[in-house]
Amino acid sequence: MSAVLPRPPVLPGPLEWLRTNLFSNLPNAILTVVALYLLWKFVPPFVNWAFIDAIWQAPSSKPCRDAAGASACWAFITEKHRFILFGTYPYEEHWRPGASTLLFFALYAVSAMRRFWAPRLALVWLVGLALIGILMWGGVFGLRYVENERWGGLVLTLILATFGIAFAFPLSILLALGRRSEMPAVRSVCVVYIELIRGVPLISLLFMASVMMPLFLPSGMTVDKLLRAQIALIMFAAAYLAEVVRGGLQAIPRGQYEAAEALGLSFAKRTALIILPQALKISIPPLVNTFIGLFKDTSLVVIIGLFDLLLALKTALNEPAWIGFGAEAYLFASLVYFIFCYAMSQYSQMLERDLARGPTVGALKDT
Amino acid sequence: MDEGRHHVRAPAPLRPAAPDSQKPRTRWSFNDPHVRALFYQAALLAAVAFVAWYFVSNTLRNLDERKIATGFAFLAREAGFEIGETSGFSYGAADTYLRALGIGLANTFRIAAVGVVLATILGTVLGLARLSRNWLIARLAAVYVEVMRNIPLLVQLFFWYTIISENLPGPKDALNPLPGLFLSNRGIAFPVLHYDPAQLWVLAALLVGAVIAWLLVSWAMRRQAATGEQFPALSVGLGTTLGLPLLVLLAVPHEIDRPELSGFNFIGGAAMTPEFAALLFGLVVYTAAFIAEIVRAGVLAVDRGQFEAAHALGLTRSRAMRLVILPQALRVIVPPMTSQYLNLTKNSSLAVAIGYPDLVSIANTTLNQTGQAIEGIAIIMLVYLSISLSISAFMNWYNRRVALKGARA
Repeated sequence: MSAVLPRPPVLPGPLEWLRTNLFSNLPNAILTVVALYLLWKFVPPFVNWAFIDAIWQAPSSKPCRDAAGASACWAFITEKHRFILFGTYPYEEHWRPGASTLLFFALYAVSAMRRFWAPRLALVWLVGLALIGILMWGGVFGLRYVENERWGGLVLTLILATFGIAFAFPLSILLALGRRSEMPAVRSVCVVYIELIRGVPLISLLFMASVMMPLFLPSGMTVDKLLRAQIALIMFAAAYLAEVVRGGLQAIPRGQYEAAEALGLSFAKRTALIILPQALKISIPPLVNTFIGLFKDTSLVVIIGLFDLLLALKTALNEPAWIGFGAEAYLFASLVYFIFCYAMSQYSQMLERDLARGPTVGALKDT
Repeated sequence: MDEGRHHVRAPAPLRPAAPDSQKPRTRWSFNDPHVRALFYQAALLAAVAFVAWYFVSNTLRNLDERKIATGFAFLAREAGFEIGETSGFSYGAADTYLRALGIGLANTFRIAAVGVVLATILGTVLGLARLSRNWLIARLAAVYVEVMRNIPLLVQLFFWYTIISENLPGPKDALNPLPGLFLSNRGIAFPVLHYDPAQLWVLAALLVGAVIAWLLVSWAMRRQAATGEQFPALSVGLGTTLGLPLLVLLAVPHEIDRPELSGFNFIGGAAMTPEFAALLFGLVVYTAAFIAEIVRAGVLAVDRGQFEAAHALGLTRSRAMRLVILPQALRVIVPPMTSQYLNLTKNSSLAVAIGYPDLVSIANTTLNQTGQAIEGIAIIMLVYLSISLSISAFMNWYNRRVALKGARA
């Protein structure tokens, strides 16, 4: 019984690939044909509408209206791009939110590089955020003061998301440590906070910030709407991030806690030097996923009337000349959010592969 | 017994220890971890209590100054606003706020229930498609998941709402992709069964069919355990569950009510408002992307050896899937799936942005009209908290049920 069966016939080159991957059996072949038909039916018309026939630039909406929906009116975006990027910020001062946006990108880029992962990074962030604050508010160094009712557009989205994460993250570490504390009162306060926030929709927290928070403060004292919304976002993000950090803390083997204790380190030193560095490192991929969620969730401030990217687009759409180009506006918003979120998710996947491989020779040399 | 170890552990006290070892406990020193713990906890509780007192006293003073009423008496007052759709309940502007909020809750449950079912179906199909050996199908599913996951739900809702209410034609030249189905800027009209009281027998038949199926399956299982003989109980059971009601349906009056254009809108049939349609579409399309990933991860989590062992035992592909793979995959899938259902329910609160009258949007109108912001928001939060807590209670129960027996606690 040692007759070797002949190798099944192999088709030349790409045909073999087609057979194994697209037409391996009858149901698969049918699926492939149906999918190809649907692609052929929908993709070319969309490409025509969105790119080939699209109107990229026009002084008014007239050419778009004449096209009667046969071509995408990106002229709306081109015409309104300043408003979409910077909202109602004074026109001649637009370089300031522009510079802030670039600063944000620089901060993201620096934080993404592993060689900069050190406690000093927190300092870089503090300086960066302070600079952005000075740039946006002004009032010092000869910069004109711009009240934050006039901030808006993409830069406001970045502010809400970045400040939200930057402040929620330290808070979430405290909450996560508190939830694992052996002190019953500390533990229950943290558990109640986390479960309460996670149990309600973000929109109810934003409503709370916009209509209830003014009642909490003594009369005469006011906190503006942007700050209130920012506080709500921080509170919301902290609860979700705390659960991720807790996951990281739980994954640290018990021996690490015991060894740190055996060395006679105090709780603060144990936590800061032994436990957190390890716990945070393994929770980076899920942390980035939570950041993505938070970045998307900043869009909800539209509902309480803050002028972020989405509301800037909606407002531009209300102008009589541009009514009816909602599809283009929201596709553009989708693209912007997609770029940010997709970049983050690709980064987190890359990091996950990297960390799974364990410390590299380069990383060992650093320490 | 184990004397050697005992000897090492306790370096025999040289002096009688009793009075001495108690001493540091009675002296209140900050170096005693117990004292420190008590101090920290007292400080935290005091801080929480102070913040609460500060907010409450400010709030009371503010409410008093602004002459805002407190309490839930407003719930019994006349609401005075109309609600676009009422999930089959009767409601008029003369009804109370309480009833209006109840309608909002019913609308929330309606969108959540339909959304959960559709998102599960679409998500499962997409998740399995991503695992398909067909390259094209797997790529398409992957692109879908990546695109939908990375665009905020609110943007998607605005997009679908614009498409439906602005870009679709008016009822006169409504799109008619399938016979009886009309898409227009007034929403989606589709045919339904004309209601007749006798159709309740169909429900009864469904119940009877399901009971028969259940009895059949348990009988077949007992017989197989005893004799090894198999019986296609599942397909026969499915037949009685679906076939019996179908037979009854043919016996009772069953007329299909088709939507027809009359004047400026459709009459007859059933219709989804543009708001409901946009919200449903957005929620389903968005949540399905997350469910797809959960399903994929669940199937991938089952060890390859399990497939191979099932095949080696001679199980057919479908039996291997049903008896070996799915039970194990479900253990991984169900917990994150439940939290997706919860997310969908919480996300349905974005209805307020496109004007679907869900609980949040009606509570929002209520608090704008009465000025009683605290009560309005408290109602929203309480309702969602109870939904969340009951779902997590269910999840804990389920987890205990499917957890590996004898595994770590």
